[in-house]
Amino acid sequence: MKLAFMLAYRNLLGAGLRTWLNVFVLSFSFVIIIWLKGVLTGWDYQAKNDMTHWQIAGGQWWHQAYDPYDPLSLGDSHAMIPEVLNNLIENKIAEPMLYLQASVFPDGRMQQAVLKGIRPEQQIFSLPSQKLDTITDDLPIMIGQMMAKSMRLSVGDHLTIRWRDANGTFDAREAEIVSVFMSNVPAVEAGSVYISLTELQKMTLLHDQATTISFAPGHLIEKPENGWELKTFSQLTKSVDEMIQTKSFGQTVLYMVLLLLAMLAIFDTQVLSIFRRQREIGTYIALGYTRKEVVGLFTVEGSMHAVFAALVGAVYGIPFLVWQATSGWTMPMDTSEFGMAIAQTLYPVYSLQLIITTIVVVLITTAIVSYLPSRKIAKLNPTEALRGKLQ
Amino acid sequence: MDQRTIVESRQLIKQFPMGKGSFTALNGIDLDIYSGDFAGLIGPSGSGKTTLLNIFGSLDVPTQGSVKVLGQSIEQLSGKESASLRKEKIGFIFQSYNLLAVHSVYENIEFPLLLLKKSRAERHQMIMDALEWVGLTDKMNSRPPQLSGGQCQRVAIARAMVKRPALVLADEPTANLDAANSHHILQTMKKLNEELKTTFVFATHDEKVISYLKRRIYLLDGRIDKDIISTHN
Repeated sequence: MKLAFMLAYRNLLGAGLRTWLNVFVLSFSFVIIIWLKGVLTGWDYQAKNDMTHWQIAGGQWWHQAYDPYDPLSLGDSHAMIPEVLNNLIENKIAEPMLYLQASVFPDGRMQQAVLKGIRPEQQIFSLPSQKLDTITDDLPIMIGQMMAKSMRLSVGDHLTIRWRDANGTFDAREAEIVSVFMSNVPAVEAGSVYISLTELQKMTLLHDQATTISFAPGHLIEKPENGWELKTFSQLTKSVDEMIQTKSFGQTVLYMVLLLLAMLAIFDTQVLSIFRRQREIGTYIALGYTRKEVVGLFTVEGSMHAVFAALVGAVYGIPFLVWQATSGWTMPMDTSEFGMAIAQTLYPVYSLQLIITTIVVVLITTAIVSYLPSRKIAKLNPTEALRGKLQ
Repeated sequence: MDQRTIVESRQLIKQFPMGKGSFTALNGIDLDIYSGDFAGLIGPSGSGKTTLLNIFGSLDVPTQGSVKVLGQSIEQLSGKESASLRKEKIGFIFQSYNLLAVHSVYENIEFPLLLLKKSRAERHQMIMDALEWVGLTDKMNSRPPQLSGGQCQRVAIARAMVKRPALVLADEPTANLDAANSHHILQTMKKLNEELKTTFVFATHDEKVISYLKRRIYLLDGRIDKDIISTHN
């Protein structure tokens, strides 16, 4: 086998440009597969990180009637904040939020929105809620960039908010936008108007009530009080996992295509080699190689493309992958319109497992693709092969 | 089998399928080749000389009859055993040299020794000896495409001889060479035959080769027509 490796090495180097073209195509597959997988891993990591800091913290209690996909449920999905949490809330480890449906009237146009009450002093989320503590003539509110963009609003603009209180009575008030924030989590921004929790409770006559209670990471109480449902971190990020899985499938198809292209090149080279190198095959047999050993030699020769590709890929791939991991990949379009938790700039994350798995998969695939056409050698007649006669 | 007998062929028949029937290339060959022979299978195209040489080299098997090469029955050898016989005891020289084009002269000659798992030092010594026999020491780093036809055939001789085989089979070794190169090659082989006592069997119809042979076996339509041992060579 050692001899096969040595001969294969010499033959490949001797083949010159043909070898290096195949090696380059294969190395490109290596780098792109690792990069794409890295982007997905990075996206997953960033999405969960962003959701932790902007939306779900370390887990939540939801009012049992709360359904984020049903705005009509918001009228009934609130209850008194359990007293057992008072201490945690005081220490800013737990954060109650109250959600209510409302209508907003920017420039006289009516839009549906969700009023989200949050304590200005909260520290669990990255939301700039302290800005709600501003003293203004009108009700201070803040909105996300997505909403500001779609409603053409900016800091200092005024709008009318109309809501129904606990008794079902409509009320309205003028509000002033004191902050427009930007997050990578669409659910935090889309149709959400943030307002001081105490203010919202007063406006709706829902004193000391909340819809959700978020816990700082590591402090989730896993036995909720009556009327509340536990939502763990993994339950809340399930949609991200599912989305990543869907994306992962799509990318698997993409790198299967890449790999297929590289494998086609190797397969083509192998088939051509067996046709063009019949005399050489005959010579190996005449000099004392068995046909099986010649099959082995050609398989090693084909497989060695993958070894060379890993080395060549490392030469230009490592600097590229490191550059991407540090500078990130900025999406060519505005990601806020994607409707999913995705940063404008994604930072790929590469694991040792990813690199080793990719190399092993490419090596095994190349070995199989190299072996398949080489089996023909076992059927060659050496005397015909020696004369270079096509068989 | 006589101790001096290298090849012993008895009632050897070789047929190839052709259309619905078959073509008989060799038809009842009885032949002994002895140690130290410098013999040639001579005949026109289609007389069966290359087929016979291939069977002697265990690259092919007889349809009927028996062939013993260095004591081993060719028709009974497995693929591995016949490869082993070629690897250890038989050297081949081909009409179109059959050198490995991407390997250097040194690496081409090294190949049979690598198969025999000789040590690096042993290999080096044997390759240098072989290069010296054929006068190509200065070309050892060249690749076959950089050499002339004569030089290529000398490399092929070195590759066949480097492992000191008991039998060398040469199929039309001068067919692609001019007269001067042909004589040079033949002199080299004759010298090796005399000095190393290696047995050479040629398949040829080239008069230049025939003039060097000690034994001339004429084939016609797959049969031995004449077997002449020369006295003046």
